[in-house]
Amino acid sequence: MSVPGAWYLGLAAMLFGIGAIGLLIRRNVLIMFMCVELMLNAVNLTFVTFARMLNDIGGQVVVFFVLVVAAAEVVVGLAIIVSIFRRRADATADDISLLKG
Amino acid sequence: MMHAVWLIPALPLTGFLILLATGRRMGDPKAGYVATAMMVGAFVVAVGVFFDLMGLHGEERRFQQDLFSWISVGGLDVHVGFLVDPLSVTMALFVTGVGALIHLYSVGYMHGDERYPTFFVYLNLFAFSMLMLVLSDSFLLTFLGWEGVGACSYFLISFWFERPSAATAGKKAFVTNRVGDFGFMLAMFLIFATFGSLNYVPVLEGAHELTHVTATAIALLLFVGAVGKSAQLPLYVWLPDAMEGPTPVSALIHAATMVTAGVFLMVRVNPILNLAPGALTLIATIGALTAFFAATIACAQNDIKKVLAYSTVSQLGYMFLAVGSGAYVAAIFHMVTHAFFKALLFLGAGSVIHGMHDEQDMKYMGALRKWMPITSGTFIVGWLAIAGVPPFSGFWSKDDILLAAFEKNKALWFIGLLTALMTAYYMSRQVFLVFYGGERWKKPEAAEAHGEDVAHDAHGAHGDFKPHESPPTMAFPLVVLAGLAAVGGILKSPLERWLEPVLAHPHEFASSSSTKLGLIVVTTVGALSGIGLAYSIWLRNRVRAETVEPEVLRHAWYVDALYQKIVEAPGRALANFSAFVVDAKVIDGTVNGVGALVRAGGTRLRTVQSGFVRNYALAVAVGAVAILAYAVARSA
Repeated sequence: MSVPGAWYLGLAAMLFGIGAIGLLIRRNVLIMFMCVELMLNAVNLTFVTFARMLNDIGGQVVVFFVLVVAAAEVVVGLAIIVSIFRRRADATADDISLLKG
Repeated sequence: MMHAVWLIPALPLTGFLILLATGRRMGDPKAGYVATAMMVGAFVVAVGVFFDLMGLHGEERRFQQDLFSWISVGGLDVHVGFLVDPLSVTMALFVTGVGALIHLYSVGYMHGDERYPTFFVYLNLFAFSMLMLVLSDSFLLTFLGWEGVGACSYFLISFWFERPSAATAGKKAFVTNRVGDFGFMLAMFLIFATFGSLNYVPVLEGAHELTHVTATAIALLLFVGAVGKSAQLPLYVWLPDAMEGPTPVSALIHAATMVTAGVFLMVRVNPILNLAPGALTLIATIGALTAFFAATIACAQNDIKKVLAYSTVSQLGYMFLAVGSGAYVAAIFHMVTHAFFKALLFLGAGSVIHGMHDEQDMKYMGALRKWMPITSGTFIVGWLAIAGVPPFSGFWSKDDILLAAFEKNKALWFIGLLTALMTAYYMSRQVFLVFYGGERWKKPEAAEAHGEDVAHDAHGAHGDFKPHESPPTMAFPLVVLAGLAAVGGILKSPLERWLEPVLAHPHEFASSSSTKLGLIVVTTVGALSGIGLAYSIWLRNRVRAETVEPEVLRHAWYVDALYQKIVEAPGRALANFSAFVVDAKVIDGTVNGVGALVRAGGTRLRTVQSGFVRNYALAVAVGAVAILAYAVARSA
């Protein structure tokens, strides 16, 4: 017996919601970053689910693109985070508002 | 030799370039001699071309030289080329001849000036432009020279630009000339639209196909150009002010050559003028009125150069009277004799000013013939020539003009006759004041009164000094010009035959020989009575000077004041309006308003940029939700 598609979609929505809320309420930069990854993967899961449901390989192709972009984003994002922590070990996201207008 | 015609303008151009590059190193007086040598060279070439042309027969006397293509756009193809025919060669001969003499004179006159080489740079550039004007084979190239001489005139009038009056006079000349140039340009547009060409030969040969209206329009527009350049009513006002320039400039540009360009242009297009009798009548009327009007002013001027300036305006009026009467040869004849005697008079005046240490007021001169024998002798020849005393040159040319005017219209002739009388009067007044009478520059009370005269330059002559004769470089041109002014009358009948090929309809004097003789007698009596009148007033003191110099004439009929009211005042008001209302309020206001708007908007919007990542994330989330909600609401 196979799991119905709606369950996958529900799981993806929950993961996305957790990621979004985490991004908004947490202050630790690293955690916020992980939340972003969670949201990206929630979207990936949605794509895969729809690809199976609609029998369309296109959805799975998009997932590869998202993975590549996410990998690039991790490289840049982690580099920024590391350089922030080098200056101030206890920095939170709210301490960094240098671009205030 | 004919093929060397391009050398005539090229030599002064070379002189201009050489002096521009190395003039300062050559200095005073070498730069002057280089410039003079170029003009003499040009004159020699012009003489050679003249003899070549003489070797040909009547109708064949035309040679065109095409140098290179200058402008080629669409249907317009303008070549730089020269048209050698009796008219252009006559002009080239007297421009280079008189020009060379005046260049030589300037070597002495400008000696010691700070910007001596610059003066000759301009002078050579002027000669180049003037020769392009007269020798070119198309309207456009003539226009190039026309503008060139205008620019040089501006440079040279304001040569002593340290004096505000000189700078202003230069600007006035330039601006007034622009009004006329506007007419010239419109005429060229019309010619191109009609003929599809701006070259003289096709235009003038096709002129007989013109309709009456087109011919009149072209003639009048060209005449507007001529009015500006040749200082006729109502655009003459710049010429008297142009006397602020050095005296050789006044002689060369504002007496002998540039101001006659308008007359030359009219004669050049005579086939078109002949088709427009209305335009001819207008030209004759303007000429006669200008001649009369300027002569009245000249009777009451005290500045030695101002008298000559108004006299030039008046004599140019004569030339236009001749053109308007269809007597083109008489116009050119008078132009040539006028170039001789007026250049002579101006150079003589320059010599007087030089010898009197920059004094220009005739009321503080007198008895100079004892001190300056060459200057006074030559000046007297010039005086007799311009006054029309036989057998001097001015008599013959003026007589031709008056005869032509008599046949055209008796009223115009009468104005011309009155003008001739006044010409004799004011020139005699000048000669008597400057060279005869008492030595007024000596008297202490004169010097004192002079000192109080605020309107006058303070650097004039006072007290104990002796007027001195000018150096040989200045005296030599005077003597040569005096010779020409004396015997120039013999050119009369050769010139008539010589110029015949360029005229569409040679002018024939219809009057009987007894009428001619009668007119000659009347003219001569007029001239002599003018001299006699001046003699009794200025040497015998029969009449108080004030009564013959009414205020209105001293102020030149208040024309400058009138122009100030009707042209300058509205112009100034408009400029003020543009500067302080349109520019400051409207244009600056728009620009500053846009800036202020952007700035205010930016100030409000910058608060959105909090710098907190979570705020941005929240905004993205809210935005995404809003878009989704919108999509759901639409599909539902």
